[in-house]
Amino acid sequence: MKDYAGPIELSLRINGETRRVQARPGDSLLRLLRERLGLTGTKCGCENGDCGACTVLVDGAPIKSCMALAVECEGSDILTIEGLRGHPVQKAFAVENGFQCGFCTPGMILNAVALLSAHPEEDEEADREWMQSNICRCTGYEGIRLALASARRSLKD
Amino acid sequence: MTAEKAFRNDGYAKVSGRAAYADDFSVAGMLHMVPVYAEYVSAKNLRVHTEAALASPGCVRVITAKDVPGRTHFGQIEKDYPIIAVDRVRSYGDVCALVLAETRDQALAAAALVRVEAEPLKPVLTVEEALNPYAPVVPGYGDTNIVVEHKLRKGDPDAAFAGCELILEEEFHTQTIEQAYLEPEAALCVPRHDGVIEVYGSMQHPFSTRRFSAALLGEPLSNIEVYTIAVGGGFGGKDDTAACVCARAALGARLTGRPVKMTYDRAWSFRESYKRHPYTLKYKVGVTSEGRVMAVKATMYADSGAYLSVSPWVTWRSTAQCFGPYSVDNVHADVYAVATNNIFNGAMRGFGAPQVNFAVESLMDMIAAELKIHPLGLRRINMVKQDSLTVTGQKLDKHVVSMEEVMNRVVHDIGYRKKYEQCSFGKAEGDELYGIGLAISYRGASLGAEGMDFCSCILNGQYDGSLLLETGIHENGQGSESAMILILAEALGCDQKRIRYRRPSTSNVPDSGTTVATRGTIMGGSAVMAAVAEFKALLSAHLAERLRCKPDEVNFHDDKIWGLNYEYSLSWEEAMRELYLQRVTPYAFGSFKAPDVSWDDTNGQGDAYFTFVYSCQAVELSVEKKTGKVKLLNIVAAHDIGKAINRAMLLGQIYGGITQAVGMALMEDFKLEEGKPVAHNFDGYILPRSTDLPPMTGIIVENHDPASLTGAKGIGEPAIELLAPAIANAVYNATGIRAKSLPIKLNPEDLA
Repeated sequence: MKDYAGPIELSLRINGETRRVQARPGDSLLRLLRERLGLTGTKCGCENGDCGACTVLVDGAPIKSCMALAVECEGSDILTIEGLRGHPVQKAFAVENGFQCGFCTPGMILNAVALLSAHPEEDEEADREWMQSNICRCTGYEGIRLALASARRSLKD
Repeated sequence: MTAEKAFRNDGYAKVSGRAAYADDFSVAGMLHMVPVYAEYVSAKNLRVHTEAALASPGCVRVITAKDVPGRTHFGQIEKDYPIIAVDRVRSYGDVCALVLAETRDQALAAAALVRVEAEPLKPVLTVEEALNPYAPVVPGYGDTNIVVEHKLRKGDPDAAFAGCELILEEEFHTQTIEQAYLEPEAALCVPRHDGVIEVYGSMQHPFSTRRFSAALLGEPLSNIEVYTIAVGGGFGGKDDTAACVCARAALGARLTGRPVKMTYDRAWSFRESYKRHPYTLKYKVGVTSEGRVMAVKATMYADSGAYLSVSPWVTWRSTAQCFGPYSVDNVHADVYAVATNNIFNGAMRGFGAPQVNFAVESLMDMIAAELKIHPLGLRRINMVKQDSLTVTGQKLDKHVVSMEEVMNRVVHDIGYRKKYEQCSFGKAEGDELYGIGLAISYRGASLGAEGMDFCSCILNGQYDGSLLLETGIHENGQGSESAMILILAEALGCDQKRIRYRRPSTSNVPDSGTTVATRGTIMGGSAVMAAVAEFKALLSAHLAERLRCKPDEVNFHDDKIWGLNYEYSLSWEEAMRELYLQRVTPYAFGSFKAPDVSWDDTNGQGDAYFTFVYSCQAVELSVEKKTGKVKLLNIVAAHDIGKAINRAMLLGQIYGGITQAVGMALMEDFKLEEGKPVAHNFDGYILPRSTDLPPMTGIIVENHDPASLTGAKGIGEPAIELLAPAIANAVYNATGIRAKSLPIKLNPEDLA
């Protein structure tokens, strides 16, 4: 059992690199990413697990990083928006107008990456259900729907 | 339906996580600032004790009103908003101290130690209470809680009612709505070596932010330089409050000499930011048996909350558009904004129109039902047509009045007539009731007679053929920079890759007003065209000789500059170099002033707006009898926006606006109890999510508008202002129940 009383050094796998970082027991993964690792692509919208702007992938699963303790993620593989370099989902969001202000976009994209790996076949109902964990106040989700369809096509090609 | 491909100059930045929003910036030596709330809804003799906070680890300074070198109170119209409260507390959102510390955690810990004392006063919590002559007077100016009064007087409604077959008197209510931009307010202010404070803020209006900051600091505007950075949504909401956050950080930076970051959490944002005004709307409408609306009397009350903000302008729009897109000869309207101790209300996308449209478009269907006339026919009889007079007496003869065309497009696309016959009207075999509903609107584009309306643009040609573009329109996430780039590329006939939108700064481009009121494309685009005219004239004069033609024969297309008969041409690289060799700067400044508008305060008559956007939206839905739950099935929207600049973005604005209207119609309700917000986060304030939206179709109608130099009008607000009544009408057609207040809640017992 690890002693989590004071600041500790964590070793995390982030975007394919091992990063050693000081964390306090109460630090959320979101705060650790943004404030200690400078990975500000992960956004803080509510810090309450409601909006999904802070979604990252932990071992491939979408996690609201404001709701995860950094210490819990030791040994896990974490993927943030900075680690997705030219992914088809990113291209689809750009081309299909899947964003306006862009603040929800990193979380949307990471959640979409997880969705497309869980549901490679077209399934609009599943898409809507899956994406409802993330709020977008700008687009009405229509551009995001189009982006999902387009990304699914290019992932199959 | 498929959207056409979008162009966004910030596309890569936003899908890669590189777009930097205010809280993403950090600089060495930066302090963190947090607000301390006064914790009263209404109180006097405010005393703030800071000693314990100052002694807290890491705390550097606690700022209170006595430290303010400039004005503690500011505002866009009345300077009544306490950037830092002094003695009197008027709302639960009032901030009375600012705590600065080395880390955010330390600042939060110290802020908890600031002790606030005051003598509580009885708060005024509803418009009804506020209108009681014995109620406490909320505002610090004047002697009444009625802070705005607009009136419109046209014809003689009382006489006209006498000849009417049907007289309908109805009252409607709309709710308080939170803007809910996904990015809470934040600011980073950096003191520069030359004495200027640089502001990087999550704000919608850099010039407004500069005014608030300069006022608080008591310094000239030129001492504050506000830069445009990525903003996580605004919807009209990131003006006053966001400007205050920037101003406070600027004050912290000035007083400590260190960079200061102030980032809001969601609870603070909910508590402090202004919302959409809730309205009470009372209408008396007189109609002939053929369905001609002869007379209207309207009285509206908007809760302004504790501060005035832009309530006079919001309610002015409600006055000028008090009976929707209908031509009526006899109209009296009285529109009031009333002060209470609630969180204040201000600008939100739609700006006094969604509330009015909810009442008016519900009334039209109610009249149709009473007279047994088809709702479409009733609208056709009364709607504005070419050369019609509006309720303000404005003749619509300077642009194409496409109200009927726009409605027909929607009716045809969705198959309205047939589906209307299939509505349940409260009776269905199974558990599902079906309804279709529709609403139409027109919207005065840009500010209208509510404000100064002009915009400027700077074009700066570079030696290598690249071009820098800057306008006074602000990128709030809507894609304005991309639209300006497309407009410039088309006007110069050049490749858009040549054009870079320069990050605007308030110290460079002149104050062009705020990016509000659906004015970005019409005003910014026209300013670009004005600059292009200057730029082309300059280039033509200096390149004609090399192109072996006269200056007025030079033309611009296919990414080149051409002489007569296309014999000679210059690339942009050659052309720009040529100007530099002639010691001429390829630089142009363009300014566009909106066409004249007019308004007579005594009778509410005049040319309120220089043009209008015409809109129609229809919705199909089902209602589950067991639960009363409304399920949206299909939405079709058509808008005459003059000319499409960036089609995919235009559709994106339509779908986004529709979605915000779905929230207004069915779910959103920012409740206050004893003046305090009930919700502190998105678990208590429910927004539309992906599962709440049906398939949507946007139809773009393009009647180029001569008032705009590009032919384009705008879409931001038309998109949100009419779906709520369309849903209310569809709910009625499904259930036979008429919803007169928002959000619509159906009781299963009433559906049995």
